[in-house]
Amino acid sequence: MLNFDVLIIGGGVTGCSIAYHLAKSGCTRVALLEKGYLTSGATGRCGAGFRQQWGTRTNCLLAKHAVAKLEQLAEELDYPGGVEIKQEGYLILAYTPKMEAQFKKNLALQKSLGIGARWVTPREAREIVPFLNTGGLLGATFYEKDGHANPFKVTDAYARAARRLGVEIHTYTPVQDIRLDGGIKTVVTPAGDFRAPVLVDAAGGHAAGIGRLVGLDLPVQAERHQILVTEPVEPALGPMVMCFYHNIYCQQSPHGSFIMGLGDPNEPRGYNTGSSWQFLMQMAEKAVRLLPVLKNARVVRQWAGVYDMSPDRQPVLGEVPELPGFYVAAGFSGHGFMIAPMTGQLMAECILGKPTSLPIDMFSLSRFSTGELFIEPSVV
Amino acid sequence: MADQIIICRCEDVTKEEIQKLIADGAHTLDEIKRLTRCGMGPCQGRTCQPLIAREVAAATGQKMAEIKLPTFRPPVIPLKLGALAGGGEKDA
Repeated sequence: MLNFDVLIIGGGVTGCSIAYHLAKSGCTRVALLEKGYLTSGATGRCGAGFRQQWGTRTNCLLAKHAVAKLEQLAEELDYPGGVEIKQEGYLILAYTPKMEAQFKKNLALQKSLGIGARWVTPREAREIVPFLNTGGLLGATFYEKDGHANPFKVTDAYARAARRLGVEIHTYTPVQDIRLDGGIKTVVTPAGDFRAPVLVDAAGGHAAGIGRLVGLDLPVQAERHQILVTEPVEPALGPMVMCFYHNIYCQQSPHGSFIMGLGDPNEPRGYNTGSSWQFLMQMAEKAVRLLPVLKNARVVRQWAGVYDMSPDRQPVLGEVPELPGFYVAAGFSGHGFMIAPMTGQLMAECILGKPTSLPIDMFSLSRFSTGELFIEPSVV
Repeated sequence: MADQIIICRCEDVTKEEIQKLIADGAHTLDEIKRLTRCGMGPCQGRTCQPLIAREVAAATGQKMAEIKLPTFRPPVIPLKLGALAGGGEKDA
């Protein structure tokens, strides 16, 4: 029997950030259980971008504070070499009057929250990305403080800092069962039983599976998203170019490779992480049409990961009302990496019974029974 | 100087960097790949993965055959986006 104050299930960026923030607040009897290696799920397969251009107040605030933390992360966590932050903006393209109207509404909201994104004309968009095909483009929104960070390094930085503070991280330790004995949760693994009064489900696409072990029906489903990367070339593309119309995104990493992905509205739900040639062809066609210079870039690898989708594309955060001591941080719907620095802080505050730095009540699981959903309009 | 030997030619990763990570607890090729980019370049690990597997085996006492290789992902060779997007045969 291994006894702790808090157990965290899931060694992605969210779990590691929660572990670090708990330990930093003095709660160091924490164990994190991960069935593979750290970042082996959604974190290590994501598009590695971060943006503050959102369509709901909560996401704007979460993202804004998370980016401020990311900017200081290497220093805060004493991570030599840094986490490969690049801030050259997100350029989000509008092709229909409806999109333009929504984006302008988003801009007003962002401005009111201190996020300095602005509307740019197609001509201005070409000044930002000189080889952008502006055919059919009505305009775009741009914020230069959005950008890229390396998910492996961000997670590693949190994990190392957490370990230094006393957190135990057990990789290759799958959860086989969870038993509830009064207030104590016992997590059964091949490495033995772990016990604690507090359990955090941060298992990403597997979060609902963990919930089922305690009889909880979490409305979080896995959905495959595919992605590819090219060989590295000289810096050519500053911002992330994102287009909800074609459902694609493309960014050049500081390392020089182009990372791009697309959302397929017909993708069935499920934990499939296979790659398809259909994706490769579609992605190539859309990327070359939008950024013709990419025709000469060579694809070296394609892969897939799962978004942990919730019904309103917003995360579920906090304690489950009917299961005291059982906390959820899942359902990030494709934007878990970029807000993880704040997720960790807010979850730690919530677990330790402190007032949270930002309101998180609207992320409660109970919203799905009371119908208080708040849909994020801006997701690829 | 022997430790400055380049193990991953695509991403310029040295034997010393690999050994340091292994000593630090990264005992699988998957972890080493993600933290160093070893095997993420144009050759997709054809050169470096067996060399890293040997280092892991030496450090942990595992047999080479027991060391799990990272997933091999498509495409098999680097392909130009233009060719995939419907360009001519000569574009590949």
